[in-house]
Amino acid sequence: MTRRRRRVILLAGAAAVLGLATALMLTALEDSIVFFYSPSDIAERGLASGERIRLGGLVEEGSLVRGQGLTITFKVTDLENAVAVSYTGVPPDLFREGQGVVTEGAFDRSGAFIADTVLAKHDENYMPPEVADALKARGVWQEK
Amino acid sequence: MTTEIGHFALLLALAMAVIQSSVSLIGAARGDNSLMQAGAAAARAQVLCVTTAFAALTYAYVTSDFSVENVWTNSHSAQPMLYKAAGVWGNHEGSMLLWVLILALFGALVATFGGNLASSLRARVLAVQGAIAVAFLLFIVATSNPFLRLDPAPADGRELNPLLQDPGLAFHPPFLYLGYVGFSVAFAFAVAALIEGRVDAAWARWVRPWTLLAWTFLTIGIAMGSWWAYYELGWGGWWFWDPVENASFMPWLAGTALLHSALVVEKRDALKVWTVLLAIIAFSLSLVGTFLVRSGVLTSVHAFAVDPERGVFILVILTIFIGGSLALYAWRAPALRPGGLFAPVSREGALVVNNLLLTVACAAVFIGTLYPLALEAVTGDKISVGAPFFDATFAPIMVPLLVLAPFGPFLAWKRADLAGTAQRLLFALAVAVFGTIAAHAAAGSEGPLLAPLGIGLGLWLIAGAVSEIFWRIRAFNAPLRETLRRAVNLPRAQIGAALAHAGVGVVVLGITGVTAWRVAQIVEMQPGDTQEIAGYTVTFEGVAPRRGPNYSETVAGFRVARRGRPVDSFESSKRSYDVQRMTTTEAGIITSYTGDLYVAIGDEGPGGLTVRLWYNPLVPLIWFGAIIMALGGLISLSDRRLRIGAPRRARRDDTAREGAPA
Repeated sequence: MTRRRRRVILLAGAAAVLGLATALMLTALEDSIVFFYSPSDIAERGLASGERIRLGGLVEEGSLVRGQGLTITFKVTDLENAVAVSYTGVPPDLFREGQGVVTEGAFDRSGAFIADTVLAKHDENYMPPEVADALKARGVWQEK
Repeated sequence: MTTEIGHFALLLALAMAVIQSSVSLIGAARGDNSLMQAGAAAARAQVLCVTTAFAALTYAYVTSDFSVENVWTNSHSAQPMLYKAAGVWGNHEGSMLLWVLILALFGALVATFGGNLASSLRARVLAVQGAIAVAFLLFIVATSNPFLRLDPAPADGRELNPLLQDPGLAFHPPFLYLGYVGFSVAFAFAVAALIEGRVDAAWARWVRPWTLLAWTFLTIGIAMGSWWAYYELGWGGWWFWDPVENASFMPWLAGTALLHSALVVEKRDALKVWTVLLAIIAFSLSLVGTFLVRSGVLTSVHAFAVDPERGVFILVILTIFIGGSLALYAWRAPALRPGGLFAPVSREGALVVNNLLLTVACAAVFIGTLYPLALEAVTGDKISVGAPFFDATFAPIMVPLLVLAPFGPFLAWKRADLAGTAQRLLFALAVAVFGTIAAHAAAGSEGPLLAPLGIGLGLWLIAGAVSEIFWRIRAFNAPLRETLRRAVNLPRAQIGAALAHAGVGVVVLGITGVTAWRVAQIVEMQPGDTQEIAGYTVTFEGVAPRRGPNYSETVAGFRVARRGRPVDSFESSKRSYDVQRMTTTEAGIITSYTGDLYVAIGDEGPGGLTVRLWYNPLVPLIWFGAIIMALGGLISLSDRRLRIGAPRRARRDDTAREGAPA
């Protein structure tokens, strides 16, 4: 087998694998990217139920209610609009009223946001960049 | 006073790095031996300076000197000594100092043990190492100085983040950094080779041990991180495809490809271009990882809370080194002499496939990690890419690779007999098939349908590695004395490789077990309540308060029984740290041969205490397998043939191109 032929086969093989991998990645990206919205974005857009999204903001003071069993409900606010969220499970340790939070889930048919993930922050002073940006955009960001 | 000495030592180190880099480069270009020796001396001086700086910072932490701002932010007098000391690298500035310390260490090792290298090659390697050191020392001095003072000095500190107050902190970062900073040596060798215009077997024989060393440490570092997250975060998960995790995983994937590729360069003088590219890519990914972790651009459970200005600085460093090395590659790679021919079905061919699949898998992780960043920069949309993406792309790329892996060691160089190889692997195939059927029978209707195949895959890898060793020692195929003689004389590199491949199989078994057959429950329990999970009976005994050195905790005790007989007891607690007033959850774990029973408590509600229970089958195998892989790496390193001081094979064309006499 000549060097040139070997190289062609190698390149063809590599191209095939790469092509397959790219197709795989594009399909996976389509299916699995999750958009981030603030409560005001949702008030403006009005989202279809069933679409999986991330919702982030601050936990509204006084909105946390520990319901039946393991379900808690609270409101996520960006100080202009708020969205009611219900979550079944144990929230992370740093989850508190007045702190930044990012939740992931979907709206159900009745318009309530059912979260299946509540993201932990890793220290008190950390604010997820998306939440900070959203608050900054609304002009309500307070530099500590 | 020691703090100022440390600060001064840091600046001195910067000066040494500048000298090391410039003098070595000029010396190599001119063939001036005394200049090249001076560069090596500067490398040794640099490591002494950085060590002094690091020691000064450690001293400040250990003596709780709160006049040093870094110590004030990250330590407290009531902290246990382990966390005072480990807290040195539990923050951005201190961990950057650790980073440059390891960089300087590797540079000094090359300077000291590189006597057998062509002096111009060694000098150029030191020049590149020095340049990287200059960049990062400048970064530290300009933006992340750990030696800044506070006046007046506060009485006590703000305490280390409670999530980091765990023995894992003492080990995970150092091993991780030894790993991906260690790849800087391979990078330096690649750039030096491109400048020289020559890649040969001697170069590969040099690159391989350094890469193996870095790879082994990185394997341990990543496994430790995974294990730490598992028991510390209280969510029972062992991998989250978090950007920071991916930042350490990508260099590992590239490094694995590099290891295998360097083998081909050494044995067959082929695949040079690819090996050089992989060496550049592996360290570039380490640099990208450093950027991701410290710039604040990505949401992550463990990104350092750092301001964007530092991110810009690192980005500039990245552009210079990655852009520069890739540009050099594009310009000089064609000058490298192409190597030996080989047939598609051969060990070289198998290693090419290996390279390809690992690189593509690495690209998949890269895209998933950076796509949100890129999209936000272009359209302003904020998205997140999580586990579903990686599961859908990474697994389908890795599975064919793992299926092909046992074939590789059996294939001959240049041209191999596939049918013969397949025959030798029949035993391994039988083990895999039998295992799959047994797993299917044991699992019954639980878990995904394809899960038993995962068990089969893991067994295939282990049995394949065992088959290879048996074949090499002619077990069952030759008189016992012959087999024993061969076994004793088996090169350690081959034992190491087989062990590492078997280790991968063990990891696959663990991943399959916990992903397919995990059981999770979440209940409210009152004292005395019992809960059934995976055949265990867990009884909640009650809560009691307890006091630690710098925290107070509420401890919930549980008794565990199986089939009526008591097995063990474990506890889970919620800790409230005095200074930062942060609550952490400590999980309780009982490990058995078949899996982990895992408990984590939540809050007290009207119906009782919220308790989460998991049964994670085979999960310890994940980390056990990683240890086996690292062991394989270490055994391989101890092979005399790979030893750094091993003499080069003299080749005629080498002497003609040799620089000044060493």
